Amino acid sequence: MSIWGNTAVVGAWEHPTRFAPHMTPFQIHAESARGALADAGLTIRDVDGFFTSGVGPIGLLSLCQHLDLRPDHVDSTSIGGSSFVSHCLHAAAAIAAGLCQVALVTYGSTAASERFAVGTAGLVMGEPPDQFEAPFGPTIVGSYAMVAQRHMHEYGTTSAELAEIAVTMRRHAGLNPHAKYREPITVEDVLASRVISSPLHLLDCCVISDGGGALVLTSAERARDLARRPVLVLGGAEAVRHLGIGRHDLLDVAARQSGPLALARAGVRHDDIDCCMIYDSYTITVLATLEALGFCKPGEGGAFCAGGRIALGGALPVNTDGGGLSSNHPGMRGIFLVIEAVRQLRGEGGEAQVSDARLALVHGTGGMLGQRHSGVTMILGRS
Amino acid sequence: MAETRPYKKPLPRVDEESRGYWEALARHELYFQRCRDCGTTRFYPRAVCPSCLSSATEWVRASGRGTVYTFTVTQQNQTAGFRDELPYVLAMVELEEGPRLLTNLVGCAPGDVRIGLRVEVAFEDVTGEIALPKFRPA
Repeated sequence: MSIWGNTAVVGAWEHPTRFAPHMTPFQIHAESARGALADAGLTIRDVDGFFTSGVGPIGLLSLCQHLDLRPDHVDSTSIGGSSFVSHCLHAAAAIAAGLCQVALVTYGSTAASERFAVGTAGLVMGEPPDQFEAPFGPTIVGSYAMVAQRHMHEYGTTSAELAEIAVTMRRHAGLNPHAKYREPITVEDVLASRVISSPLHLLDCCVISDGGGALVLTSAERARDLARRPVLVLGGAEAVRHLGIGRHDLLDVAARQSGPLALARAGVRHDDIDCCMIYDSYTITVLATLEALGFCKPGEGGAFCAGGRIALGGALPVNTDGGGLSSNHPGMRGIFLVIEAVRQLRGEGGEAQVSDARLALVHGTGGMLGQRHSGVTMILGRS
Repeated sequence: MAETRPYKKPLPRVDEESRGYWEALARHELYFQRCRDCGTTRFYPRAVCPSCLSSATEWVRASGRGTVYTFTVTQQNQTAGFRDELPYVLAMVELEEGPRLLTNLVGCAPGDVRIGLRVEVAFEDVTGEIALPKFRPA
């Protein structure tokens, strides 16, 4: 059975918390599993495939114990914040291959209440490349900032153009009652916020929150008998970029490989896409990703994101929940991209609904954009 | 005079693939590698050529001259050592032989750094065994 079009997301649930000092990450996983399975009209006993990340080297086993799961198929692919988008693709493949029937993907984190400085904590040393980097003080935000600096150099992209992305995300967050920050901001506010790692300002950076979520996938055939309108997995692809042997063009990001492949596998074109959920760890991530996916030419990202074009009502609404820049970012945000795409394709977006949304593109970025990162693109469609 | 304060920043975890690189740096010599079979140069150093998987490797001494490929002025880093030295410039320098490496720029004001700035290596002895290849305006 082909993967594409034959598997579906049938349950999706985002944990409403943004600050949970009274909770553990595993509790957030469990509550999210409950939410997504209830949404699907299934029980935990139906789950025979389990997918998670961000829980330690054998954390998947501990989480299986916590949830008393005995799955036939597991996958703990860990490639940064995009991992959960990857899990959806792997779940779709596993379902299509008959390795499992009901796949549960969960995420939970208390990064904010543990006061974990996700972007500015410095990077751990342990794997071979780290010894050539960590002595010089790289941070996650610094890695993305070096890409932004290079983009500005090659194409004349401005801080004001990046700022407009943050302004748009905040506008969307104003429509999301659960978003961490909802007060409108202006380009001037972004430019006046303190520089964290030049050229990126505080408001170019995602928030740090607690949170989690879960997804349930199954075959399109079984989905027809379930509670909610299925959202079909129509295509997807993964890619990795890194400094390699020391000649890598920093503006060649993974989306350039995974985007066209995912669209081709889904048999759709850029013009067909009604909305995008793009991992927005930083404003530059959105700009570089949209260019690399092919929604505009290299260097045109600033103009593409200007004038409300990526806002609700614009040509290509992006991150209608407010994204990581304003709604939530507990460290690994990929699952929320999928959850928001599902919400849109079911027509449950409320005030933030994209009219007649039929096709959504999700792209997760994981790792450090300027050193080594993953990109996972998935095309979802209304059934 | 060596600094008497204990060095708090992370030190490289030297391994069997990188030992020669770090030993050369301690002598204030910067090297990258070239594959003896396919001729591909590579940085960082590693035992097997990623282009052809050959283990036949030669070390090539870099001139130490290069240009700034990209950079960021770091204003926030919670890590011990770096926290006390903000702001500092994290940069990627392209050696004139081609390979790029992550480094710090020293000997210039952060506000004066530009992409394309010509730089030269400035070895910084941080412990008895470890010297870091930093760069300063040429």
